[in-house]
Amino acid sequence: MPLSWYLVFGALLFMIGVVGVLTRRNVIIVLMSIELMLNAVNVTLISFSHYLQDLRGQIFTLFIIAVAASEAAIGLALVISMYRGKSTFNLDEVNVLKW
Amino acid sequence: MAIPAPPLSEVLALWPEILLSVAACAMLVIDLLTSRDRKADIGWVCLGVVVLALVGTLLHPPQAGSIFSGMFLADGYAAFFKVLFLIAAALTVLISLRYLDDEGIQRGEYYALLLFATVGMMFMAGGGDFISIYLGLELMSLSTYVLVGFIRRDDASTEGAVKYFLMGAFTSGILLYGLALLYGLTGSTNLAAVAQGLSGLSLDNPALVLATILVVVGFGFKIAAVPFHMWAPDTYEGAPTSITAFMSSAVKAAAMAGLARVFIVALFPSAEIWEVLWWILAALSMILGNVVAIAQTSLKRMLAYSSISHAGYALIGVVAATQAREVGLAGALFYMFVYLFATMGTFSMLILLTHRGFRSDKIADFAGLGRSAPLAAFIYIIFFLSLAGIPPTAGFVGKLVVFRAAIESGYVVLAVIGVATSAIAAYYYFMVIKTMFMEEAVVQPQLSPSRPLAVGLGIMVVATVLLGLFPAVVLNAVTESVKLLQ
Repeated sequence: MPLSWYLVFGALLFMIGVVGVLTRRNVIIVLMSIELMLNAVNVTLISFSHYLQDLRGQIFTLFIIAVAASEAAIGLALVISMYRGKSTFNLDEVNVLKW
Repeated sequence: MAIPAPPLSEVLALWPEILLSVAACAMLVIDLLTSRDRKADIGWVCLGVVVLALVGTLLHPPQAGSIFSGMFLADGYAAFFKVLFLIAAALTVLISLRYLDDEGIQRGEYYALLLFATVGMMFMAGGGDFISIYLGLELMSLSTYVLVGFIRRDDASTEGAVKYFLMGAFTSGILLYGLALLYGLTGSTNLAAVAQGLSGLSLDNPALVLATILVVVGFGFKIAAVPFHMWAPDTYEGAPTSITAFMSSAVKAAAMAGLARVFIVALFPSAEIWEVLWWILAALSMILGNVVAIAQTSLKRMLAYSSISHAGYALIGVVAATQAREVGLAGALFYMFVYLFATMGTFSMLILLTHRGFRSDKIADFAGLGRSAPLAAFIYIIFFLSLAGIPPTAGFVGKLVVFRAAIESGYVVLAVIGVATSAIAAYYYFMVIKTMFMEEAVVQPQLSPSRPLAVGLGIMVVATVLLGLFPAVVLNAVTESVKLLQ
């Protein structure tokens, strides 16, 4: 398959992630959308890497996967902390500080 | 295929990072063995390590050039920022030692995370490759997310952390997508190689335009430039005040270090695309940051907006660097350096007024301070003068340098906006000073002085005044450090 298919797939995945972050109010779904964005980046990097026959893109991807894992850990910890104080996952109800 | 081990000289060039990482890991272990009432000792260990790294870097700045196959650059630019981050980290520890007791969050992880964040910043300033810059950025951000939410029982702290985290992770994704596109366009992630690859591309290439915009948006969020600033006031207000001080100085400077390196080195061939974008972001930050700051009743929030506007002033230097690289960059770097002391100083003064069970961040809390604690009020005035850019303080020289860079490189309008908005800034700083001296105290302000905090404040005041009177020493060092930036 040509490179452009993978790039279009990556771009679509990225857009789904962006729209998810911007429109959803449930913090867990927002976190999932962020993961989707990072994975879209991974798809893009790997397809470029294969196309260019260059390993840098894949190495970058490995680092992104590792960072995404720690990001998920910290994100979920913060969500638990938020849930303990507020008993909600809805971002609109988190408003001690005015946006 | 055997991969040759890097020579020892290259490993040694990274000794400050290695020292801090090892110390941070060790402190996590020591924390387990330390009794609850002796956690502040870990803070002293942390301070010792940071000062050791600082003195070592000052006496013997690593000048190994490009190391680890171009992954890191141990040049003057990186060394300058390392000194800046280490000063900020040391001051943060000094102002935290007592404050954490007052907030009831004296824990060992705090200091370990502070060190990890500092290491991340050093990687950002010294990164020679998108991979190392990204890793540094994430190490810094992940540590800071936790530090912002460190007061777990406090809803505002958690909320600030959640907002910061969601915005930060979201923009990391945007930034990464831009970097991935740049990789596809140029076939490399090394900054110098990317610049080489880009110079052969047409500026009409839609992928290049998109990638540039995505990277601008990503870094715009990280330095909290308008219109990507909405997380900053909430996060700054919710975070522990010591961390607010750390974020507004060191984290912002680190984002600026990464930004300047990526744009001035890697993306320089496409300067025509991003120069306009940063111009707009700088102008909006200066105008909106200063105008909205007037309306704030919380001093912490007012300073958050003022911090947004200061990112705009530093950005002037980056924009000017497209025409006059050395003058512009030197301006941005010097500005971040002098801004560090004044902004940390104002937040430290908030800490001085925080004691057990009472958190003062309303401007009204400062009424009558001029009478009850004249020395504290006087120190406040020095920091405010510096933030407003009034001589003989450091802030004046900082603004002078960036405005001169803007005029020399032909961005006169940007300099005019800068001067005009400085006048607005002076207005709201003087309103606080007026409150301190002219208004009667509703509640008598109580101070929570401690020796480390006094030492920290002393350093900040002396630096603010001395850098205003004798800026040449640092200014020359800055100019030297940006000369070799390739």
